[in-house]
Amino acid sequence: MNVRRIDLSSNEEFLFTDENKDLASREVAKYPEGRQASAIIAVLWIAQKQNNGWLSESAISHVSNFLNMQKIRTLEIATFYTMFNLSPVGKYHIQLCGTTPCMLCGAESLKKVLNNEIGEVGSLTKDNLLSWVEVECLGACCNAPMVQINDYYYEDLDETSFKKIIKDLKSGKEIKTGSYKGRLTSEPSKDPIILLDDEIEKINIKRIKPGLK
Amino acid sequence: MLKNEDRIFTNIYGNNSWNLTSARRRGNWDSTDILLKKGRDWIINEMKASGLRGRGGAGFPTGLKWSFMPKEVSDRPHYLVVNADESEPGTCKDREILRNEPHQFLEGCLLASFAMNAHACYVYVRGEYIHERIVLQNAINEAYEAGLLGKNASNSGWDFDIYVHHGAGAYICGEETALLESLEGKKGMPRLKPPFPANCGLYGCPTTVNNVESISVAPEILRRGASWFSSLGKTNNTGTKLFCISGHVNNPCNIEEEMGVPLKELIEKHAGGVRGGWDNLLAVIPGGSSVPCLPASQCQDLSMDFDSLKELKSGLGTAAVIVMDKSTDIIAAIARLSYFYKHESCGQCTPCREGTGWMWRVMERFVSGKAEKSEIDLLLEVSTQVEGHTICALGDAAAWPIQGLIRHFRHVIEERIDNQVS
Repeated sequence: MNVRRIDLSSNEEFLFTDENKDLASREVAKYPEGRQASAIIAVLWIAQKQNNGWLSESAISHVSNFLNMQKIRTLEIATFYTMFNLSPVGKYHIQLCGTTPCMLCGAESLKKVLNNEIGEVGSLTKDNLLSWVEVECLGACCNAPMVQINDYYYEDLDETSFKKIIKDLKSGKEIKTGSYKGRLTSEPSKDPIILLDDEIEKINIKRIKPGLK
Repeated sequence: MLKNEDRIFTNIYGNNSWNLTSARRRGNWDSTDILLKKGRDWIINEMKASGLRGRGGAGFPTGLKWSFMPKEVSDRPHYLVVNADESEPGTCKDREILRNEPHQFLEGCLLASFAMNAHACYVYVRGEYIHERIVLQNAINEAYEAGLLGKNASNSGWDFDIYVHHGAGAYICGEETALLESLEGKKGMPRLKPPFPANCGLYGCPTTVNNVESISVAPEILRRGASWFSSLGKTNNTGTKLFCISGHVNNPCNIEEEMGVPLKELIEKHAGGVRGGWDNLLAVIPGGSSVPCLPASQCQDLSMDFDSLKELKSGLGTAAVIVMDKSTDIIAAIARLSYFYKHESCGQCTPCREGTGWMWRVMERFVSGKAEKSEIDLLLEVSTQVEGHTICALGDAAAWPIQGLIRHFRHVIEERIDNQVS
């Protein structure tokens, strides 16, 4: 467990845009009537997106009203789940995976890059462009070490490629998602077993299958 | 080595598109209606006969789990909930299924739901998998348009809806009852069992929670027959399994292999070998962060299945193999896992909330060597006080890596303490 507190310095009032209200209503519609609380994570997530990547107290209150829930229940969710940022983050929020598989593959060297370029863990640059935190396993261990920047994964990194990413972010260039060692996904980088169309056809013949007859 | 024709996941690396046209070419959604018309009992019996054990870590027989659901629907609807909250360190297989083989998975959801009388299925995807849940949603939309899901799904006469739900970064929500709490809009704190979800799960209704991989292999088992699946692997550990090999190997990868495949074959044939050669191996964690590590001496002829690993006081877990070579500071590697469990404890049970933090702090001192040797046994003792004394298995999962470390690498901890003192 970690202590998580909401930044109370912002007085800006939060209201859903019409578009996001629609989006949130669609989330609520996924659940049976009277179970709108089920949508709370999704609705808070939409609010966080609208509020530049973090949840202010006003945003949390607004979501409570939207879902007709007690504010304390919404606060519980916002503080329990670590993807909800409770203080302002940068335009590009970098989440570095530091758990053992990534650590074994060099997450520490990425941490050094972040320390040099952005500052201590939890820092936000003065121009509000970059912020970073260390998070627990992001589930891309075969592509370690990796980071998540906003919505996407950047994998198979090393000090050089990661420095380049930070540099490109600073100069407003677009950055490529996925592997930085030329892999498509999580195939072995040498001789992966890839089934081509004719091979899949052959398998399909075998698939006309005893169970069905 | 698994023959290509026996592979279930033929697009796991995403070389072909995930879309419906491409998925159909790979045999997904092929004669689903015929399978459904064979009836619930046939489906459940085939699943039982296949010997499939749940792929989420615990290895509970899937067919048996399905049979626990009430036979008749009372006033409470039935639900299928799929656990796609993949967050066990080392594990990254469900992600590939969600983004590269979503139709295989959706077909499994329909078959499983039908077998358990569920008209609705919720897929709980971990919050960080944003791209993956977009792909999954697109695949669902395609399947609805093609009449494979929705009213009269796949011409079976069965109405079936599927919804994507997402989390927001809590490892504990991978525990099935915590997942249900989270799905109901609460903090992900595990529930006491009994009542089991099959009686009282989501919204108090009969619910089955399955892992993504268990659900995804169901269509192929039913199409190709239980006997085909059970002919692969070993007795009581049948079929194929996705292994995730990470850490100090030359080519880390996900790979589908037969259950019981030798660890050495897995590492040398598929992952390009240990960095610096097999002799440079120090230890492996064979089944995701929660299972105890094994030293190289036990890895030579190790068979990767539930029972063989249990005999060595470890486990297959999610089949996520984390390889560590001799350059690894094994104490630091395990201490990082202790930090993970400390961070992810939900705080509900005292032994876990307090114990995980305490164990992590002691482990940190072991890393620097600033400790007394008597503390090794103290730590072991405390870990057994956490293990088995909590509502869910997170307490156990926090204790086991430490127990494994002390069991096999006590001398490393002692040496470090000696060096620090002198």
